[in-house]
Amino acid sequence: MKFDTPATTNPIDQLKVVGVSTSRIDGPLKTTGTAPYAYERHDVVPNQAYGYVVGAGIGKGRIASLSVAAAKAAPGVLAVVTADNAGKLGKGRLNIAKLLGGPEIDHYHQAVALVVAESFEQARAAAQLIRVEYERGEGRFDLAQAKAAMGDAADAKKEDSNVGDFAAAFAAAPVKLDETYRTPDQSHAMMEPHATVAAWEGDRLTVWTSNQMVDWTTGDLARTLGMPKEKVRLISPFVGGGFGGKLFLRADTLLAALGARAAGRPVKVALQRPLMMNNTTHRPATIQRIRIGATADGRITAIAHESWSGNLPDGKPENAVDQTRLLYAGANRLTGNRLAVLDLPEGNAMRAPGEAPGLMALEIAMDEMAERLGLDPVEFRIRNDTQVDPEKPERPFSKRQLVECLRVGAERFGWDKRNPRPGATRDGDWLVGIGMAAAFRNNLLTKSAARVRLDTRGVVTVETDMTDIGTGSYTIIAQTAAEMMGVGLDRVVVRLGDSSFPVSAGSGGQWGANNATAGVYAACVKLREAVAQRLGVNSADAQFADGQVRSGNRSVPLAQAAGGGELSAEDAIEYGDLGKRYQQSTFGGHFVEVAVDAATGETRVRRMLAVCAAGRILNPLSARSQVIGAMTMGVGAALMEELAVDTRSGFFVNHDLAGYEVPVHADIPHQEVIFLDETDPISSPMKAKGVGELGLCGVGAAVANAVYNATGVRVRDYPVTLDKLLDRLPPLA
Amino acid sequence: MDPLADLDMTRRGLLMGTAATVALTVGSLPMPARAATGEPAPQPVASPVTATVSFTVNGTAHDLALDTRTTLLDALREHLHLTGPKKGCDHGQCGACTVIVDGRRINSCLSLAVMHQGDRITTIEGLGTPDKLHPMQAAFVKHDGYQCGYCTPGQICSAVAVLKEIEDGIPSHATADLTARPRLTADELRERMSGNICRCGAYSNIVDAITEVAGREA
Repeated sequence: MKFDTPATTNPIDQLKVVGVSTSRIDGPLKTTGTAPYAYERHDVVPNQAYGYVVGAGIGKGRIASLSVAAAKAAPGVLAVVTADNAGKLGKGRLNIAKLLGGPEIDHYHQAVALVVAESFEQARAAAQLIRVEYERGEGRFDLAQAKAAMGDAADAKKEDSNVGDFAAAFAAAPVKLDETYRTPDQSHAMMEPHATVAAWEGDRLTVWTSNQMVDWTTGDLARTLGMPKEKVRLISPFVGGGFGGKLFLRADTLLAALGARAAGRPVKVALQRPLMMNNTTHRPATIQRIRIGATADGRITAIAHESWSGNLPDGKPENAVDQTRLLYAGANRLTGNRLAVLDLPEGNAMRAPGEAPGLMALEIAMDEMAERLGLDPVEFRIRNDTQVDPEKPERPFSKRQLVECLRVGAERFGWDKRNPRPGATRDGDWLVGIGMAAAFRNNLLTKSAARVRLDTRGVVTVETDMTDIGTGSYTIIAQTAAEMMGVGLDRVVVRLGDSSFPVSAGSGGQWGANNATAGVYAACVKLREAVAQRLGVNSADAQFADGQVRSGNRSVPLAQAAGGGELSAEDAIEYGDLGKRYQQSTFGGHFVEVAVDAATGETRVRRMLAVCAAGRILNPLSARSQVIGAMTMGVGAALMEELAVDTRSGFFVNHDLAGYEVPVHADIPHQEVIFLDETDPISSPMKAKGVGELGLCGVGAAVANAVYNATGVRVRDYPVTLDKLLDRLPPLA
Repeated sequence: MDPLADLDMTRRGLLMGTAATVALTVGSLPMPARAATGEPAPQPVASPVTATVSFTVNGTAHDLALDTRTTLLDALREHLHLTGPKKGCDHGQCGACTVIVDGRRINSCLSLAVMHQGDRITTIEGLGTPDKLHPMQAAFVKHDGYQCGYCTPGQICSAVAVLKEIEDGIPSHATADLTARPRLTADELRERMSGNICRCGAYSNIVDAITEVAGREA
């Protein structure tokens, strides 16, 4: 189905099932420990052996010698895979560094060997017997140093976006800001480690794994192994968290496949937790310079946002400036993402790549600018709203309710009670403050296919390679099919995450919900036509409701359409140029209250509210969970999360869940989420967008702004830890 | 010889200093040969040391012969195929492996299986089934107290044990008055649940779910 004109009224608008808060259909499995994750697939193939990964001990250089003899002779060991014996390997289209290193080492904890043994304990013990001698190379590990070496990058470069005359307008602005902000490297730290069971049957390979993008990863596994994609099957029905860290083929999958080939039997591999943060991808650190010039009454006339990040050769920059091209008005604009080569582990997408770190900086800058203007931070943002793409004014937003989000949020949160004077509100030993930030994340459209079957019992089965990474895909897909076919949720079966199913959008970039359900919508439209044809009714006026198909005075049970044999329909949603003609984005406002211990500088988050405008909310229950989860990750980004870089040896030092701190129960208060009533007919027939990343965008700045309001200490270097506050806190009374 | 008697005696010590003890256990395995021979390249140990252990899981008695290095978590997941308890970190940092042993919750990844002779172990599978959910499981579903589901079995086992701890009058860091009975407040729940990380960030909903069950039980 081609979607190239805005949606009109369609069966989804009935909202009998879609749009209704619905408990997850996979909930009973997940809460009883019976949902099968990758490493737990004892059921799929017998005789599984265990793999244990050895990671490189240097950040950059070469393996001089690698001795596996002792490991191979260890009890229970079946095989040891290294680059020496793995055969010729290609590289995935979406991988930057090789997944099996040697002799060259591209980054710390790059896999250099896999030990396969009868038991996990034997594989682990044997892995300790592998001896690797390295020739340490010269690596570049320090972003600040790399940025300095790039010279004066303040001059606009050709990859920059440049509208009007920023330099002149900024120079002429009566009120201006020029500040630099830093965000650290961050880790996805999903709870389920990357894990795979691999089994060969002749030249065919099956992997049961944990991956967000089934089709990408199937292709990259085939490409890396130099085999036809058709001979690889990838199965990923439950994913224990991803956040972008499982978008791609990773070492667990490749090594399980290689280990299974070497051992001649199925092998399962889970990346050990202490390997994950250096072995896999991370969100790269940024240094961001922001300049804003405004008139005395708070109209932005000039805005520039430049970001520096690092990555391995051939890697991409963190697109931290991209939201600044669209979020606020202003005639003169300059933005640029600058990339330095660093030999740290591969930087790549983590939840809301670009916007998450970008808004952490921009939304502090807006807070600072509002203060310089003597304007309320909410009012300053409202004053600079735009309903069109500021770089291309002929291009409107499809729907933009940022102002409404901010107004509703301010009212619900009690923003009017905020003391604009920082450091002036006390509650016993605590300095109390509130802060806010705008939230912005684009709505991405991408082709998504599904197959829908109707059996003789009237059960509708949906099959698509879409994944559910905690987002609630199973449930919203079931809701979509139930609404379209006029049946209850109990008559719908959803099967996901299998490369033998039609290719979906997959889970990433908050594009999953809208695109995947739109693909199911398309397949259901086709199935409705097949049903109508089978029943001899006109599909245009056939009503699908309550398990019946009605046409005129005739009403026939839906199941009867399959009486002569199961019906099956497959289709995809494909998009025309609506995404080009309209700017499609999601919007929100985050409001946070913090208390900072007046003596120790310890920050506690007391209240949080998000107001989101993100098209139709397909399942308010799970959408709310997406947003509160993102708000939680935002608190982590604001207050604690930082991969500490050892700039001499080139690795992330705190590479486990004890050293890399993420929020725990005690860090998170009760959270409130409001969804504005909205549909966006330009987005898809579902009129939906995504919320999973929007919920994170801006949270960090809202917390930092609240800390400023509480203490009067402006921290521009995340995370906002107490050591950065301590010597600048107001004097103790 | 009965190796379990000795192991049982060391259990308290292990529980008091689990992280360091396990690191020593794991790290020391291939090392004795190296230290004894003084050779630069370590030699493998001859063969795994095994021991038998008997315990009850979810009401069913099991007799296992295990490599003594096997954690309780791996005994459950790899030998008994009870994969409800999850391996999130294998280092006692995340709580995904939480099970209830003789009424108290533990990180099963930080405990060797052979230390559990005679113990009564309850995993998430023992609390309820998809057709017959435990009230805590039902409350997690109702309040959407999970997303990806990987930490969920540990959260639920912890939650069930936390309510019992409060009922038993066991204080926490958040208990203001150590001589009074701990109260069932959100702060108490958050403090006691903080060993169970949920990266999806369902904390607010989890506390709602536990509070509802506590209210129902109270």
